[in-house]
Amino acid sequence: MNKSKSVMCGKLTVKARWLWEQTIRLHGRAPETRLASSLSLVEILTALYYNGYVKSKPAELNWEGRDRVIISKGHGAITLYAILADLGYYPMNELERVGQQGSFLGGIPDPIIPGFETVNGSLGHGLGVGCGMACGLRQKDNTSTSVVVIVGDGELHEGANWEAAMFAGHHRLNNVVCIVDFNKKAMLDNTDKIIGLEPLDAKFSAFGWDTFRVDGHNLAALTDCFERVFKYPRKGPVAIIADTIKGRGVPVMESDPLCHVRTLSKKEIAELLGETRD
Amino acid sequence: MCEHFLKRKSPNCWEKPVTDRPAKRMRDMFLQGVLEEMNAATDIFFVTADFGSPVLDNIREQHPDRFLNVGIAEQNLINISTGLALEGFRVFAYAIAPFITMRCLEQTRTNLCVLASVKPLSVCLVGVGAGMSYDVSGPTHQALEDISIMRSLPNMAVFSPADAECSHDLAKHVSRRKGASYVRLDGKALPPIYQANERLDWNRGFNVLRKGTSASLVSTGYMTHKAMETADILTKKNKRISVVDVYSLNHLNAVAFADCIKDAGPVITLEEGFTGRGGLDCLIMNAIKGRTITALGLLPEYRFDIGNRDDLLKLHGLDANTIAEKVLQTAVH
Repeated sequence: MNKSKSVMCGKLTVKARWLWEQTIRLHGRAPETRLASSLSLVEILTALYYNGYVKSKPAELNWEGRDRVIISKGHGAITLYAILADLGYYPMNELERVGQQGSFLGGIPDPIIPGFETVNGSLGHGLGVGCGMACGLRQKDNTSTSVVVIVGDGELHEGANWEAAMFAGHHRLNNVVCIVDFNKKAMLDNTDKIIGLEPLDAKFSAFGWDTFRVDGHNLAALTDCFERVFKYPRKGPVAIIADTIKGRGVPVMESDPLCHVRTLSKKEIAELLGETRD
Repeated sequence: MCEHFLKRKSPNCWEKPVTDRPAKRMRDMFLQGVLEEMNAATDIFFVTADFGSPVLDNIREQHPDRFLNVGIAEQNLINISTGLALEGFRVFAYAIAPFITMRCLEQTRTNLCVLASVKPLSVCLVGVGAGMSYDVSGPTHQALEDISIMRSLPNMAVFSPADAECSHDLAKHVSRRKGASYVRLDGKALPPIYQANERLDWNRGFNVLRKGTSASLVSTGYMTHKAMETADILTKKNKRISVVDVYSLNHLNAVAFADCIKDAGPVITLEEGFTGRGGLDCLIMNAIKGRTITALGLLPEYRFDIGNRDDLLKLHGLDANTIAEKVLQTAVH
């Protein structure tokens, strides 16, 4: 790794740590938010947003040149609450009001939140809606804008995803990038014990997608992958399969197949954040 | 409000039955209207779930860049349409009625109705095969629940035209309308009720086709034809029957409707769908609270009767003679 890349990754590491903490704090304020599903996304979102791969103008929400980001696995989006506040979509103190009456930050994000494009959380919709946006952008001759759809692996059991995957492959939608947060767990069990998804990259390839497989917690690997995907012309839709760990950084979650619905106590949160008073 | 009806410029078809004009399919006239709108504007997409018609061939030949066939995939039909709408396009999504209303209901609810609360969208779902118009295809292809289901959705307009003539105008109306809408079109060629290219007040939602005081038949879609037939039978028995065609099922002007039939005798609703499940009968019951209505339609059950449409309607007591008998039981003077 050269020096500038090393410095960049160092900054990203600091940012990722800050986001990890913010995500846990958000969960502490609103325990009904899904923490484990959000923690598997921290590095993916860090590398995506803080390397400049997502074009945006927080002060101009409907800017035509913005990249469309759809977080289809809405349960895992609370990390994005902190990113959007950090980028200036809304004041940082909004994060203090998550889950409270009058706040726009709920347990699952909706498009009342500045920076969110679609209704999320009802699983299996984002990829198809994103493909429709991609067709619209193509019709408008907007070739510089990407549609980035983040899906979970459990979500891929929804058949509508594969209707959309076939569609994107057939129409060679090179403005679509699908990132799979492959954290290997759904609600009740590991996904390979529910309905196995492997070989997942081969499945997307068979549907006509170019696929990448990456360590979803390695900021350098994610940055390399995003560099190849976003900085060079694409021939068709791209799927990035990011291998992740659900509940990353929280041992009691990482080891629990039921961690999706696990809520951390205030004591557990204080311990994780090093804020315990012995 | 009845003056609206009385002052209509076009002649009333029951006085001068229009027999010289051929039966037409609603979808052909509706799609012709869509084609004309697409010819005039570049921001309209047409998306189909592998369902066609001769006029649709013109659309896809003349506008290949704005025509998409998603295949037999109604969920994706709605999702693709949503994405196009979010990019500022007006979208027509086209499929068979029971499938476009039920196979992808959650996509419609979430991505059209919920999203339309905060984002400007213009998406029209066009379903062909209202009621039992796909008669011999059986219960999978018949749409007997679609009105109740689609009426239950906030941010969803529901239009149910009675003939091909007004369907042309309906295409123009929905293409310029903001929000989500569902248009249920009959699958059969039907004789005209309205004048060629007649323009209806879609926001008012109903039209009085015949005025009388013995009883009021309130109907939608194909059943408006049955209502007219029934009224003809009863006229011969010296009854004067009102026939009201209701074509906007979520935006009926209830005040105008109630005013229009206040002196028109007992009210009988006629629908080619399940009764007591939130369809036309429920709409009318709410529009004229306090008045008793007789709801004629199908019992909520699935049947595998084989036959043409009129055979099937007869099995359900929805042929004109049986309806006339039931009306006589409630009619006054």
